[in-house]
Formats: sequence, structure tokens, C-alpha cells
Amino acid sequence: MEVKDIFSYDWTYLLPEFIILGFATGLSLLDLFAGKRLGKHAIGLLSLLGIVLAGVFVFVNIQTMDQPYSYMADMIRIDDYGNAFKLLFLGGTAFTILISLSYMRQSEVAHRGEFYYLLLSGLLGAMVMASSADLITMFVGLELLSLSSYVMVGLRKKSLQSNESAFKYVVSGGIATAVTLFGMSYVYGLTGSTNIYEISQRLAEAGMMGFQFIIYMAFAFLAVGLAFKISAAPYHMWAPDVYQGAPTPITAFLAVVSKAAGFALVFRLLLISFLQVPSAEGQFFLTQGSLFIGWMAAASMILGNVMALRQTNVKRMMAYSGIAQAGYLLVPFVPPTTLFFSEVIFYLFGYLLVSFGVFAVIMVVSREQQTEDLKGFAGLYHRSPVMAISMTIFMLSLAGIPITAGFFGKFYLFMGALAQENYWLSAIMIVTSVISYYYYFGIIRQMYMRAGENEAPLSVPKGIWVFIFILAIATVFFGAFPGLVTDYIQATFNPSFDFGNMLPTRTP
Amino acid sequence: MDQVNNLLLSSLVFSPVLAILILAFIPNHQGGAIKKVGVLGTLLPLILSLFLFASFNYGTANLQFVEKHDWISIPISQDPSGTVYSLEINYELGVDGISMPLLVLTAVIGVLAAVASWQIKKRLKEFFILFHVLFIGMLGVFAADNLFLFFIFFEMTLVPMFFLVGIWGYGEREKAANKFLLYNGIGSGIMLLAFIVIYLVTQTMNMEQIATIFSTPQHPIASAISPAFRYGLFLALFIAFAIKLPVFPFHTWMLKVHVQAPPSIVMIHSGILLKMGAYGVLRMGIGFFPEQAYQFSTWLAVLGIINILYGAVLAFVQKDLKMVLAYSSISHMGIVLLGLAAMNTIGFQGAMFQIVSHGFISALLFFLIGVIWDRTQTSMIDELGGLAKSMPFVSGILLAGGMASLGLPGMSGFISEFFAFLGLFGSLPVLAAVGALGIVLTAVYLLRAILRTTFGPTPDRFARLADAQPMEVIPMVVLLGFIILIGVYPAILGNPLQQTLKTIVPIVTGIGG
Repeated sequence: MEVKDIFSYDWTYLLPEFIILGFATGLSLLDLFAGKRLGKHAIGLLSLLGIVLAGVFVFVNIQTMDQPYSYMADMIRIDDYGNAFKLLFLGGTAFTILISLSYMRQSEVAHRGEFYYLLLSGLLGAMVMASSADLITMFVGLELLSLSSYVMVGLRKKSLQSNESAFKYVVSGGIATAVTLFGMSYVYGLTGSTNIYEISQRLAEAGMMGFQFIIYMAFAFLAVGLAFKISAAPYHMWAPDVYQGAPTPITAFLAVVSKAAGFALVFRLLLISFLQVPSAEGQFFLTQGSLFIGWMAAASMILGNVMALRQTNVKRMMAYSGIAQAGYLLVPFVPPTTLFFSEVIFYLFGYLLVSFGVFAVIMVVSREQQTEDLKGFAGLYHRSPVMAISMTIFMLSLAGIPITAGFFGKFYLFMGALAQENYWLSAIMIVTSVISYYYYFGIIRQMYMRAGENEAPLSVPKGIWVFIFILAIATVFFGAFPGLVTDYIQATFNPSFDFGNMLPTRTP
Repeated sequence: MDQVNNLLLSSLVFSPVLAILILAFIPNHQGGAIKKVGVLGTLLPLILSLFLFASFNYGTANLQFVEKHDWISIPISQDPSGTVYSLEINYELGVDGISMPLLVLTAVIGVLAAVASWQIKKRLKEFFILFHVLFIGMLGVFAADNLFLFFIFFEMTLVPMFFLVGIWGYGEREKAANKFLLYNGIGSGIMLLAFIVIYLVTQTMNMEQIATIFSTPQHPIASAISPAFRYGLFLALFIAFAIKLPVFPFHTWMLKVHVQAPPSIVMIHSGILLKMGAYGVLRMGIGFFPEQAYQFSTWLAVLGIINILYGAVLAFVQKDLKMVLAYSSISHMGIVLLGLAAMNTIGFQGAMFQIVSHGFISALLFFLIGVIWDRTQTSMIDELGGLAKSMPFVSGILLAGGMASLGLPGMSGFISEFFAFLGLFGSLPVLAAVGALGIVLTAVYLLRAILRTTFGPTPDRFARLADAQPMEVIPMVVLLGFIILIGVYPAILGNPLQQTLKTIVPIVTGIGG
């Protein structure tokens, strides 16, 4: 491989990452020296500015690039796959900041500045995870995101629950990291490389030389370890406690950005590394490997949806719902085709809109009611019709009922699964979706059919009212015209060069 | 076809939007205005549907008032060079002889149910908004010519119904709403599965094209899938619609809804929503897979007989008038199945007549129960009695509705049962003979229930009940009018059906027989 001088790279493609890094460090210094003198929202607004700037440059990259650009043997690799995910991360973090700006006003979080630059460093970790093709940088990104999240979860220092959940998160996160690293060590031991494209070839050779068993072990360890980040079974048990204890904007961040970053990493790492490994029945990944993932998907859908039925705390319920959603998102992977990308991106896009809507409503309601119990939603319709109707739209979207973005996302995944003649997983998807109606409509029942303790109008901060309202409209709009997004994905992103011609294709 | 025609069907389907918009701007406390808008808003779909019915061309079996617009294109596969293949989903509407009468039925019952909603007392604004959303869904189901669109409209009836039952129903309303949601959710899920598989096989969601592809012998696409696979698809569709219809083991949710929902919603539910199931079986089950339907026809008849006898026997022992009518609905839906099982023109005609006729009859009977409940606060047969003295008009209409339901000649029930059995005697005479027993039982349980409520000694507390108010007379008279109209002049329904059924039947019998 040709060794390049570090200055011979065109660093402009990395501008989004640099901007986020710059803002994160700059804001931490600013907070340190001038924190007291700044207005309440200054740091939040500045970090929002950083995200918007980074977003602009991601768009510039998307427009100007027609080839992936690789830094230092793929340590960082800027490509369409990563760029698409980066847009989701940036959007998700921007939403987190938007809902935080009103949340922080009255909350007991003492260190406001910390909150925002930790969010930015977490975002940076997610961006690195999505645009790396090397085990080392992948791991660095993963840890950056994880460490930032651990602190953010425990940010409410005086809350016992917040501390407990941060502790649980650290411990289970640490174990997950160890499992992932253990899997990576197998891979490195077999191949002697950390570049996943090289790993791809060498694992194939190793597979032919009879190291199948070790490869399977490596695959299983990686899949299980990374299941932590996407909160999929078998590594999902942390989610309910952490979601419940974390400040609500952080819960939303974990549910969307952190999860999407996990997916970006899982798909790229597992798919490219293991795709060429031969097995008795053809390609390992398309047979046993994806079957393994199929079990994970099925287990997540069943566990998530069934456990959610019994929850009375809304954030816990959303955690279990998130586990189920992770299960749905693994379905296009069983087995993957070239189109898993647009299915996943659309689904995540819809999930982004809906999750932030849901958590924003939860925030408003639980703050006012002083409880996160489902009963807090009782009679919401009479107190704030717009909140109740928006929440209804979000619930319908999560349940997969038209006309919502969530419906089309699920429809698309479902169609992909049926196109692969993956009937057993489709059946599980249908049955568990219907089970999920029960608890999603449980919230709806509370809002419309139960009497609340008081009937006084709910006071909703103006900013968050507009935010929720727009998200609800967008959920319906993209449910009615999903083509706007799928066409954009098709026209703009072409991740097939990242995965080569290795993925199976379907021609009608 | 000119441009105006091109928008007719869409404007019919979405005409309730107008009422929704107006309602949204009326303040909550102006109950009277809300009721007026709620009721008057349903007249627009009625006028449009009658206009369509009047300009409907009886002479052709083709779809009419067709509309088609590009909507979504879904990338479904990609070849190594990066070329993406997309499947198109279009916005397609169209009506034929089967769906046209059902659209009119929907519009008529919609108006009358809105009138019957007069007695709703709480949260009027939400009630009427949801009512009109439900209305859009129902009209859309019958007007859609695209599976995706059909599915969306089908689901669009689900959510408003959940609210309408869950908020405005009687005591166990929430339980009923949940049961409704879960059963229909499963049905929709199975339906979606079948739709997508059909879509992937045929590359289209246009219902007319799908029917053509599957029913053309040696069509390249159709012959690519095995008969067993097709049979599976047929069964999936059948089960999905059987839950809605409902066919025997899947009926429990429907009893709950019939008993718990407010009377006007039961009118809609029993009068139209159940018919969506029957329509689906005919349009998609039989329309797409005639050969498989033909093989299945004996089972269809057996299921029909089970429905008839099971419904009739249980209706006989019920203590609640609502339960009697709920079981009677199950029994009457069995007749639809028998008509479909006949697999000939007369049988199909009988099924269609039964769909429409039962729509009117059950709407009338449930409306009457609502009226009685309004005055007596009960629908238990034992507690009622002697109503004929204090409410002669209501009792008279009740008796007339009962007569229509048990198939008195000159009323719509007779025509439909006659056709259904005539058709079935042609193809499966033994089963038809068994099924005919059900007709006798119908007379027994209906007369028992109706006579006990209307005749006999009048309890003191019912002695001074008010007879029907003008607002209540209208739905009764209109519904009874339609029932008698179809009874004495069946051609009004038979004519539009004729051509469409003529095209389905040769395909069914041509392949199967």
C-alpha cells in the first residue's frame, strides 16, 4: 500500500467532524472560563449552531463526492453509507438540544454546559462509528459515544434513579465492550489486520482453510457485544433501567442517535467482514450468519413487545418498545440485499421523527404531573388536545398504522422480508406488531378515555409545542408521501460500492 | 372520459373532509350546531353517490369513473451495475357493479347513522369528526382499485372505530374496543402479508390487473407460482376477511362490539363494516383466485351453514335483544357465504343482495334498539314487554324489520335468501337443504324476541313512553323504504350487478368446472 504524507490528504471532507470537535472543545473552555457570565441558553444555542454547520458540510460532501474518500488506509472513510447515517445523527442531536433547551430551564441538572458538550462529543463518536472501516477507529468511536452517554445518563447528580441507571449503564456497557473486543481479537488473530476490507478477504481464506469454528465464534461475540448499542436481544436488559433513569432528552438521544450509530457500525462491520466467508451452504453470512441475526431480531421483537405490555412507567415502556423496534430494524439483514440500506435509513428517519415527538410529550406531561406513570396521561385530551392528538399520531406510527411514516417504514421492511421469502420472520413481525397495539393504544386509552386528576389546561412551553406539532405533521406527511424520502435516498446515496457486488440482488 | 369524471370518485370518497373542517372550527359548547353540521355533512356523500349511481353505465363490466395518479415508487431490487428496479404504487380508484351499490349503501346508512347519533350526549365534536373519518375509510374501501390504497382505507376504519366504541359505548366499552382492535389487527396483518406477496409476484397493486393476471390461464406470471402457493394466498385472504365478516370461530369480537357500541355505530358496524369482509372475499378471494375458490367452495358452504345454524341457535337463547340481533347477524352472514359458495351467477347475486339487504335491515333493527333503550334504559327481553301499547309506531316498524329479516316475501330479505339458496341448490343441493333449516330457525328466534318485547302486558313503568320523534321517524321510514324497494323491485340492485357478475362467473366455472 502506498504510504501517504499526512498533509497530502484533502482534509475538507472531514470538516463536519472537525466542526463538531472544535465546538465541543471550544464550548467546554468557554463554559469553564465564562460559564457564569453567559446567558442561560448560550451554550445550547452555540452547539446547535455547530450541528447546523456540520450538517451543511455533510450536504456539501454528499453533493461533491462520487467516490468514497479514504484517510490512512480506511481509518476514516467518508462515503455515502456514513453520510446518510451522519445526517440522522446530526438531526437527532439537534432535536435533543432543541428539547433540552426547554427542559433544562427548570430541571435539577446543575451543570448545564457539560450537558451540551458531552452531547457533541457523543455525536462525534457516533459520526466516527459511521465513517470508519477499521476496527481501531470503530472502537474509538464506539467508546467515545459510550463514555459520553454514561456521563449524560448520570447527569442528574442528586437523583438516586439517575445515579443507579448510570451505574448500570457503565457496568453492562463495560461488559458489552469486553465481549465486542473479545470478538475483534479473534478476528485480528485470524487475519492480522484491522482494516475490514482486508479482513473480509483474509477471513474468506481462513474459512477455506478450516477455521470456520473460530470465525463463527468471532461473529457471535461481535453480534452479541454490539447488540448492546442497538438494545437488541440478547443484550437489551440495560435499556429499561437506563431509559427510565436518564434525563428525558438523553433518553431520546440514546433511543435514536446512539441506536442508529450502533446500527451503522453493526451493518458495516459484520456485513463487510463476514460476507465472503464460505460455508457448506454457500456464503456463511447469507446462511448461518443471517439466521443468527434473525434469531436476535425475533427475540427482540417478542421480548420487547411482550414485556412492554406490563409496564406502567412510560419511559420504561418506550425502552421495551425500542427493543422491539431494534428487532424490526434487524429484519432487512436476514439475509441482506443491496436494498437493506434504503429500508433501514427510511425506517430510522421515521423513528427519529416519532421518538423525539414521543419523548418531548413525555417530558412535558411528566414534568407537570410529577410522575412518569402512564396515569399521568389520563385525560390529556381535555387538557391539551394538540398534545394528545400529536401523541396519538406518534403512537399510531410506532404501532405501524397508516397513514404515518412508521407504517410505511414497517411496510417497506416487511416487503423486503417477503421478497427474500423470509416468511417466519414476517409472521413474527405481524404478530408482535398486533401485540404492540395493546400498549400503544394503552396510552391512547389514558389520554381519551380516562379522567385525569384535574381538567385544567396543560401549560406547554411555546417552543416545545411548535416542535411537537411539526413532528406530528411530518410523521403524517412522510407517511402519505414516503416517496419523497425513498427517492432522495435512491438518487443521492449509492452504498453499493461499499459493499461491492457481494450482496445478493433481486431482479424482477 | 372527461376531466370532471376523473375527479368524481375522489370527491365522493373525501367529501366528508368538508364536514370535518367545518366541525373543527365550531366551539365545543355549541352542541346544536355540531349536530347539524355532523348530519348535514353526510348529505354531500349521499348526493354524490346517488349522482354516480344515476350515471353508472349498466351495460359494461368495466371499471367506471376510473382515476389514476402516480403515488409512490418503491425500490425493490438492484442489479450489480447499480440499476434500481422499482415497483409502483398508484393512487387508483374505480367502481364496478359490485362496488357501486355498496357505495350507495354506505352513503345511505352513513346519513341515517348520523341522524341516529342525535342521541349522543357527550363530546359531540369529537364524535362527529371521528364519524366522518370512519366514513372516508368506508367509502374508500369500496372505491379503491389498488391493494395498497384498499389497505390504507381499511385501516382508516380501524382507529376511529376504536375511539367510537371505546369512548361512547356502554359499560364494557373499553374491553370491546380492545377486542375489536386486536382481532382486526390480526386480520389486517394477514391481509397485508397476502397483499405484499401478491404484489411481489405480479409486480402490480392494481386490483383489476391482478385479477386478470391470475384468472388468465397460462399467464406467464401466474403460471410461475404453484397452485399450492396460490391456494395459500387464497386462504390467507379468506381468513383475513373471515375475521371481519365474521365467520364462525372468529366472531367473538363482533358480539362485544354489537353489544357495547352506541346504537348509531352499531348501525354502521353491522350495516357496512361487516360487509367489507364479504366484499373482500368476493372481490379478492374469488376475484383473484377463482380456481382455488372453486376448490374451496364446499368448505365455504359448510362454514356458511355453521354460521347460519350456530347464529340461529344461540340467538334463540339470548336474553338481551342486542345479543339476539348480533347472533342474527352472524346467521345472516352465513347466507352470504352460501351464496358465494354456489359459484354461479344466481348465488353471487344472492350474496350481494344479502349484503345490501342485511345492511339496511340490521341498521334498522339496531336503530330501533337504540330508540327503545333511550326510553327504557334496557334491552333485556325479560324486562321489556308490551311496548306496542305505548309505542305503537316503533313496535310496528320493529315487527316489519323482523319480518324483513326472516325473509318475508316482498321485502329484501326474501329476495336475497331466495337467490342464495337457489344458486346453492344448483351446485351443492345437499348442503343447501341443510342450510335452509336456518331460515326456519330465523323465524323462531326473531318472532320470539320481537313478540316478547312488543306484546303482552305493559308494565306500569313503560305505560307512558313517548312514541317515535320526527327525527327518529326519518331513518325508520327511509330504511324500511329501501328494504321494500329492493323487495318489490330487485332490478334496482340486480341491474348494476348483472354485467360484473357475468364476467366473474364464467372465469370461476370455466376454470373450475
